[in-house]
Amino acid sequence: MPLETYRIPVGTWVDTAVDWMTDNLEWLFDAISSFLSALISTLESVLLWPPAFVLVLIVAAIAFAVKGWRFGLFTAVSFSLIAMMGLWREAMSTLSLVLVASFVAVVIGVPLGILAARNERFSSMMRPVLDLMQTMPSLVYLIPAIVFFGIGKVPGVVATVVFAMPPAVRLTELGLRQVDAEVVEAGEAFGAPPLKILTRVQVPLALPTIMAGVNQVIMLALSMVVIAGMVGAGGLGAVVFRGVTRLDVGLGFEGGLSVVIMAVFLDRVTAAFGQKASKRVSH
Amino acid sequence: MSAVDVQGVYKVFGHKADAAVEMLRQGRARDEVAEATNTVPAVIDASFSIERGEIFVVMGLSGSGKSTLVRCLNLMHPPTAGTVSIDGRDLMSLSAQELRRMRAEKISMVFQHFGLFPHRTVLENAGWGLEVRKVDLVERNRRAAEALELVGLKGWESSYPGELSGGMQQRVGLARALATDADVLLMDEAFSALDPLIRSEMQEQLVSLQQDLQKTIVFITHDLNEAMFLGDRIAIMKDGRIVQIGTTEDILQAPADDYVRSFVQDVDRSRVLTAGSVMEEPLAKILVREGPKAALRHMRERQTSGLLVVDKKRRLVGAALDDDVIAAIQRGEHSLDSIVSTGVATVSPETPLADCLIPSAESRLPLAVVEDGKLLGVIPRVTLLTALGRPNGNSEDGAAASSAAAEDTPATDDTTGTEV
Repeated sequence: MPLETYRIPVGTWVDTAVDWMTDNLEWLFDAISSFLSALISTLESVLLWPPAFVLVLIVAAIAFAVKGWRFGLFTAVSFSLIAMMGLWREAMSTLSLVLVASFVAVVIGVPLGILAARNERFSSMMRPVLDLMQTMPSLVYLIPAIVFFGIGKVPGVVATVVFAMPPAVRLTELGLRQVDAEVVEAGEAFGAPPLKILTRVQVPLALPTIMAGVNQVIMLALSMVVIAGMVGAGGLGAVVFRGVTRLDVGLGFEGGLSVVIMAVFLDRVTAAFGQKASKRVSH
Repeated sequence: MSAVDVQGVYKVFGHKADAAVEMLRQGRARDEVAEATNTVPAVIDASFSIERGEIFVVMGLSGSGKSTLVRCLNLMHPPTAGTVSIDGRDLMSLSAQELRRMRAEKISMVFQHFGLFPHRTVLENAGWGLEVRKVDLVERNRRAAEALELVGLKGWESSYPGELSGGMQQRVGLARALATDADVLLMDEAFSALDPLIRSEMQEQLVSLQQDLQKTIVFITHDLNEAMFLGDRIAIMKDGRIVQIGTTEDILQAPADDYVRSFVQDVDRSRVLTAGSVMEEPLAKILVREGPKAALRHMRERQTSGLLVVDKKRRLVGAALDDDVIAAIQRGEHSLDSIVSTGVATVSPETPLADCLIPSAESRLPLAVVEDGKLLGVIPRVTLLTALGRPNGNSEDGAAASSAAAEDTPATDDTTGTEV
């Protein structure tokens, strides 16, 4: 008996759910939308306010401070290259999308990870959800995002948040679970309340792992923001997308190279923070 | 009122814990209950009280429930049934907040693997309990530094635990527990993770600290030698139950069952028993002013060839041997002064029996147990050998028999049947 005859309309159910949400939760989406767009546009205008070379110097100074002069020099040269390829505005737009999306993902993901570490049932509920969020082809998120938020930067950021959040949850949970049980007991044995143990013992000791999660979030956000360029999120994603549609290899390469340069910078800087945290813990 | 009072405490892990307790109360065996209810009975019907200033050792092999029991005392593992009182306050009746207060002020704990906070300095670690209590920073640091000085870690305040050796780390753990000035100290296998040398050093330090601090200490260990060195009293646990509570001598001389006996067999009795615990009333002694004739009479009565000579205040002067006494009488002397030999072998009451063997072998007379110059008792060679040779049975007969013949009789006429 062919199973196809028993067609299960999963897609129709999802459609119905999405329809219901658009009808009934509009106020929520509007609130989210105006909050996110305010955040994005503020950050973007801050990044674009000084002349490009000033920001290049600032970025290079950060790179120098966390990893030394080699990386500082590399950052100065590579970020200048972005500006000199004429992609500065797009790059800063992408950077602000990445930062906002990562910020939201971490703000939601870390508390979820803390809950998961403390509650076995919540943890086993979260696991399949996180698997789904990570393995679903990332383009799929763009569809409901457009339905709820229309075209533009906000749906891009929302889809990015969904796609980039899982490592924040997973690695926060992992980090907290790895904290030596006896150390947590020592906190309790002296009468510390649970919140104090969390903030003074568990989170500080889990920080290197949590920072590794943050690093992952930023990397995933960067890759997703480029894809979001297709739905009008703009930035380097739009440049790459234009290159693809016009079969313009040069333009595509310039956009791609700028993405790589930012990825290297963001990765090294956040990884360095993680190492700093782990040095403090492994004393 | 005892410092710590534990009555009928059960701790069973699992969903059907209450049912398991009920079955255990009806006298069903632990394994049977565990299987029937799918639970783990970790502590079964534990009752004891600990006096202020006492070191109470809970001894047992791994899995005997001793670590669970100690966690019942501060409710880190709330007992399934029974009561735990500290200074007369029933812990089970406290709210979560009151309990936290109790932990912060009254009970502190030292952990097997130290449980130090690696991201905090030694000083911040030692001050943790005070920080929890919201003591202000200056006061907190002052008291934490005091506690560190007490355990011999002055100068290490700004180091991190990872920079310290194991023994020093556990000193930080001890300082953290002492800094809160809690009366009750729970020490869960506190020295088990340390090297043997460091370990005995820590044991000695704990004993000397305890002399000044007079805390109530519950010390968990799997090592009987450690238990006997530290404990005023020892509770021996097996499969969740306490099988015997008593002093070192109680347990050595009268083990409650075969399990305890098998433990005690491995104990190096010569290290655990002290001269003070086996010494006897010195019968063969004489006051220095009594003179040679009296000495001779004493010797005849006691059928011995030598006497210990003491003064009016019971201070040991020396020994008088039969040939010297007879010579003195022949010379017509009226005092023992001229013949008292000062070469009497003496030991202090704390001397382990192991260190009594050589002096005992070299001396014709029983060993004199002396404290501050005063003669407390004697250890005839037979008594020494009897004490070392006998893991069970009662020593009273042997002791009485040997003290009657307080001279260097060969040990072969040992009375009761022994396994040497």
